Amino acid sequence: MGFNRKDLLGTRDLSVVEIRSLLESAESFKEIAERPLKKVPALRGKTVVNLFFEPSTRTRTSFEIAAKRLSADAVNMSASTSSVVKGESLIDTVENIQAMAPDIVVIRHGYVGAAHLVAGRIGASVVNAGDGANEHPTQALLDLLTIAEHKKLEPGLTVAIIGDIAHSRVARSNIWALITLGITVRVCAPPTMLPRGLENIAGIQVCRRPEEALAGADVVMMLRIQLERQDRLLFPSIRDYARIFGLNRRRLDLACPDAIVMHPGPMNRGVEITSEVADGERAVILNQVSNGVALRMAVLFMLGGQGT
Amino acid sequence: MSEKLSSILLKNGRLIDAGQHLDGNFDIFLLNGKVAEVAPNLEVTADQVIDLNGLWVLPGAIDLHVHLREPGFEYKETILSGARAAVAGGFTSIACMANTNPINDSAAVTRFILEQARVAPAKVLPIAAISQGMLGEVLVEMGDLAAAGAVAFSDDGKTVPNSKLLRHALEYASLFEKPLFCHCQDNALFADGVIHEGIISAAHGLAGIPTLAEEIDIARTIMLAEYLQVPVHICHLSTRGGVELVKAAKARGVKVTAEATPHHLFLDERAVVDLEYREPLDENLKPAMLCYNTNTKMSPPLRAAEDVAVLREALAAGIIDAIATDHAPHEATEKAVEYGLAPFGVVGLETALSLALRLVQEGVLTPLQVAARMSCEPAAILGLKDRGSLAPGMAADLMIVDPEREWAVDPDKFYSLARNTPFAGWHLKGRVIKTIVDGEIVFSLYGYK
Repeated sequence: MGFNRKDLLGTRDLSVVEIRSLLESAESFKEIAERPLKKVPALRGKTVVNLFFEPSTRTRTSFEIAAKRLSADAVNMSASTSSVVKGESLIDTVENIQAMAPDIVVIRHGYVGAAHLVAGRIGASVVNAGDGANEHPTQALLDLLTIAEHKKLEPGLTVAIIGDIAHSRVARSNIWALITLGITVRVCAPPTMLPRGLENIAGIQVCRRPEEALAGADVVMMLRIQLERQDRLLFPSIRDYARIFGLNRRRLDLACPDAIVMHPGPMNRGVEITSEVADGERAVILNQVSNGVALRMAVLFMLGGQGT
Repeated sequence: MSEKLSSILLKNGRLIDAGQHLDGNFDIFLLNGKVAEVAPNLEVTADQVIDLNGLWVLPGAIDLHVHLREPGFEYKETILSGARAAVAGGFTSIACMANTNPINDSAAVTRFILEQARVAPAKVLPIAAISQGMLGEVLVEMGDLAAAGAVAFSDDGKTVPNSKLLRHALEYASLFEKPLFCHCQDNALFADGVIHEGIISAAHGLAGIPTLAEEIDIARTIMLAEYLQVPVHICHLSTRGGVELVKAAKARGVKVTAEATPHHLFLDERAVVDLEYREPLDENLKPAMLCYNTNTKMSPPLRAAEDVAVLREALAAGIIDAIATDHAPHEATEKAVEYGLAPFGVVGLETALSLALRLVQEGVLTPLQVAARMSCEPAAILGLKDRGSLAPGMAADLMIVDPEREWAVDPDKFYSLARNTPFAGWHLKGRVIKTIVDGEIVFSLYGYK
């Protein structure tokens, strides 16, 4: 057991041993998806609450399927149906949930540190399913699981992350995990979406142009561009963004011949990635989604299965 | 009060008074609310004699920048509770900002504040708004407000984006010899920022507030004051660039003054993710949440380490004239929320003096400079001729300090209604043990031998 925490709030402070043990555990859960009866009794009698303050389809579904395949009881709460709209504070909301004695609370929230705030207040284990632009640890871990199917997760590997780095929790969680594993991380974004100060963080290579980031890369991670950012003066037009930063066949040729292409979804086809690349043989985007279930099973099992 | 014939003789204290350039052993005789005599070995009869046995005596501290929340937000702080916190921290005069509800933009509100302050242990000096409703559109009735007792004008928390309005405010206020206190901030650059734009904001995905947002507006404000040849005071400098702008302006003869807060002099952006980054905190008093603790959220934000170093140098060199707290009380539940949703601001009245003494212990300031930055200079900025020094004839406003007294900051013991300090659990040395206002002892440290 290399992972003995109460909560999974981020990848920033995970050790190599913790990351590898989560990945190993996830590896063992992959096979369950191929069984005719996709269920094991590991978390029977445990309650998992999915508390989503931001709209999400795939992450919430992925956590729900993961919990159910472990035989846990999964309950979904979303902000639109919760008391949040009535002006209840986050702490009051989660203390109410805590009073119903869940074992694990999976939380997604629009503000940085929300999961940390909750984790400090309740006895249940907390899984951060995204806090503002800060962390989304299970996404990064499922990305690692996916990379590991094609590449060796060790120093010498080069990962290029391209897109709206400033607002991306996926980017941050990946960056911390990759740095911990000694993997070379290149980031590339329009200067308006590249947070100042990132260049001072050890282990991150900041590239101005996607061509520079892609050159010889083993893994290419494209990030979703949030189209509403256009209103906030961060880029002039989708057309301009796609032209300069979009991943197309020609740009992908700059990467290693066996480079894989990833995307955390949902994709804007024709913006950050062309359909040709997204549906091409080097894309592992749907594998990411499959691996997400196995990885989340591992996380829930490690957090909730300790008492059994 | 006027008929009170009380006298106090303070014997064997170390008087630290920048106004008189004195730092040495003097006896001080207080009579009828004023300083009557200052000399070594005074032989006079007094109603009360206090043997200080080497304790320090400083002129009462004057805080240029507090928020007392009354009227309108009495659940955060009242004029009375804020004044009690003030005297517990050695402050005998506090200038309170106008962002109450209603806003202090009319003589009626100013008079209300002064009326409420009649029972307060500290002298409360209302700062009126610059623009009506702090909307940045129409000037307040400065003449009326000055006559009612407003000591300065400020739209603190908001800037005055319209440069023409700011120009006219500076011009018009000069008629009454009242300074403008400018919270310098370019709102568009500040945007939805939460913490300093730097390595921590980049790493944690919190929206950054660039130093530029502050410096652009400091430059504009200084240019206006220079052009008009009127004085202006810059609130809470937090950046290296801001210090450089003020330094250069002073060298050109611009009548600009500036303040810095204790939190900007001690903490940098790292505190946002680890309140214990600087030193170990008291085990029993440290907050449960050391990361993303909302008591590290204020405007301007905690800056980079190099900014803190530059602020300290500037404070010692006199480029920064005053230490002001920007005491901003908030109720506990308002701060117990997501970092991005928490209101800006921290309290400071009850920790400022001990932190200034820490600056002495860390070799940044001399004791005489503490007296200058906390009393003499603030009095000069506000044009308070009876305060800032303990020369004969001045108001008997002073604090007695035990420089050896060790204590740990326990917010639950604050006189302030609020507990939102980033210094909870700090071990400090040196503390105010008595505060005297107009010759009357208004604070004595509980349990002091």
